[in-house]
Amino acid sequence: MAVLQAKQDALAARIAALSFADKGWLGAARKAALDRLAAMGLPGRRDEYWRYTDPAGLNAAEPAPAALFDPGAEPQLFDHMDRVKLVFVDGVFDPRASDDPRLAGVEIERLTEAGGRDAHWARGLYGVLEAQGQQPVARPHAALNSAFATEGVLIRVTGRAKKPVSLIYQRTSEGSDAILHHCIKLEPGAELTLLENGPAAARFNKVMEVEVADGARFHHIRGQGRDHQRQAVTHIFARLGRESLFKSFTLTANGRLTRNECVIELTGDDAVAHVACAAVGDGDFHHDDTVFITHGAERCESRQVFKKVLMNGATGVFQGKILVQPGAQKTDGYQLSQSLLLDEDSQFLAKPELEIYADDVKCSHGSTSGAIDDTALFYLQSRGVPKRVAQSLLVLAFLAESIAEIESEDLAEEIRLRLESWLHRHEH
Amino acid sequence: MLEINNLHVKLEEEDKVILRGVDLSVKAGEVHAIMGPNGSGKSTLSYVLAGREGYEVTEGTATLDGQELLEMEPEERAAAGLFLAFQYPVEIPGVGNMTFLRTAVNAQRKARGEEEVSAGDFLKLIREKAKKLKIDAEMLKRPVNVGFSGGEKKRNEILQMAMLEPKMCILDETDSGLDVDAMKLVSEGVNALRDAGRAFLVITHYQRLLDHIKPDVVHIMAAGRIVKTGGPELALEVEHNGYADILAEVK
Repeated sequence: MAVLQAKQDALAARIAALSFADKGWLGAARKAALDRLAAMGLPGRRDEYWRYTDPAGLNAAEPAPAALFDPGAEPQLFDHMDRVKLVFVDGVFDPRASDDPRLAGVEIERLTEAGGRDAHWARGLYGVLEAQGQQPVARPHAALNSAFATEGVLIRVTGRAKKPVSLIYQRTSEGSDAILHHCIKLEPGAELTLLENGPAAARFNKVMEVEVADGARFHHIRGQGRDHQRQAVTHIFARLGRESLFKSFTLTANGRLTRNECVIELTGDDAVAHVACAAVGDGDFHHDDTVFITHGAERCESRQVFKKVLMNGATGVFQGKILVQPGAQKTDGYQLSQSLLLDEDSQFLAKPELEIYADDVKCSHGSTSGAIDDTALFYLQSRGVPKRVAQSLLVLAFLAESIAEIESEDLAEEIRLRLESWLHRHEH
Repeated sequence: MLEINNLHVKLEEEDKVILRGVDLSVKAGEVHAIMGPNGSGKSTLSYVLAGREGYEVTEGTATLDGQELLEMEPEERAAAGLFLAFQYPVEIPGVGNMTFLRTAVNAQRKARGEEEVSAGDFLKLIREKAKKLKIDAEMLKRPVNVGFSGGEKKRNEILQMAMLEPKMCILDETDSGLDVDAMKLVSEGVNALRDAGRAFLVITHYQRLLDHIKPDVVHIMAAGRIVKTGGPELALEVEHNGYADILAEVK
């Protein structure tokens, strides 16, 4: 009971300064989310899913200040791409920096504008997938987000989008505390590539709910910025229809605390879900991927590829679960979580889980921690490749399997180049 | 070209002495073979020359064209013209064969103050050399040695040698794991590189490789030393009588 009280107290402190409008469909969804949140309280270290990651920084009433980061001459991620840009500065939508959101086959609206109406398609999505994702594992920061999100976009895709929609999260304040909530609905047969990049805020809480209807395809590529001190908790909740495809890749370089949760439900037969991440951390870096994939239909494929390169005391966490429900026959589930520890001060904590209630399935998982292979290093050096270049080659090789999850060769190359320059800057 | 004087080497981690005073002198244009029973120190010699970690040189010197090899990093030795064809070529998942070779060629050129090879010229050159070794385009695209057969790995070593054009080539049991046809192909690759400015040190257990790559000098190594040196006939003697006679003779 004491723990519960502590959680309630933490919650009261966390939300004391937050408020929301209770009008329209959104107001109703927010109230429901607040009720969920009140029943859970905020997470504590004794919660099973927070054993490896201290939620204190996320729970705190105020965000810890995070120094602004100057990326120098390096252009922003995706800069060269033709895309529809929607810019948020410290969590506030910046219409002047954003593009005209009109794009054939795609409807884009701001959450704050659409939320006050009586009816809206997003009503069936906002907080709905999040609420479903609260079982069997509580995700209080996602409920908090649904209750108090100040901004977000609602994207409905009815055709094949000609170019990507790009959410850009800039940061100009050392103390910003941003809560964004996006809903994305892909109608049957639709296709969209969604890009996200930038540090967003000193503390960033983001939820993205994605409905991928029958035969639709959703590609998601994000980079979480290079800011060293920012903190972030993000959730993706996705529901996949028959023969649909969901692919999400995340690049995380630096960040004091990152918790990326991904909750996917495969509800239609023959659906495919891939989630991948390449994380590189040097020093004060804690990066947690928590994934829950539920196979609820036949012949679905899920793939998790998480790779982390850690040095100078950086910590990586992976908690990944595949749940195969009764009747989800011919499930093909794959889960890989690996870390490359470049020194003895860094650590990787992994908790892979499989829970299977169908008898004709193929599920595999592997989790490893290792150092750079000395034999391979010597082989490269013996051909004249300088040690630091050889090391970078081997680190990139280690990350390659996650980058390979990006379908677009252009985007994959861009991510690869980013990692290469990061490695160059963090040679040790 | 390669001068080794009184080289003594022990394992770094344990008190095991492997080389006990190796003397060897290889001149430009020559092909030397080193034969010897298992555990005589042949592979250690090749690793020490290439700069692998884990060995401690307790005495002696090794120079390549007058440059002290043992002081250099492995990549500096490579840039100076040393090449080791590995007995067990290393698989490197995630690094494309082509990327690897281009990085290596250009790193060496850069170290020598030469201009880098353009992507186009490199591609032309590697295709031409790969064709001679019957290495197809698909193999060039694959990760370094991953999923290669034993023969493919050895051919890939020779391709690297052909692309890097080293002065001093050490072949460590390049014949092991090769069938007759592959051995012929590899030997042709090596012979094509023979010229007056280049020398070879061929480490092998068997005389049969030396039928294809004809040595000028044959050395027998035993217990960390070169115990006998002679012409090609020495290899034939080993083939017929084994090492026992020679070892008894030098004792």
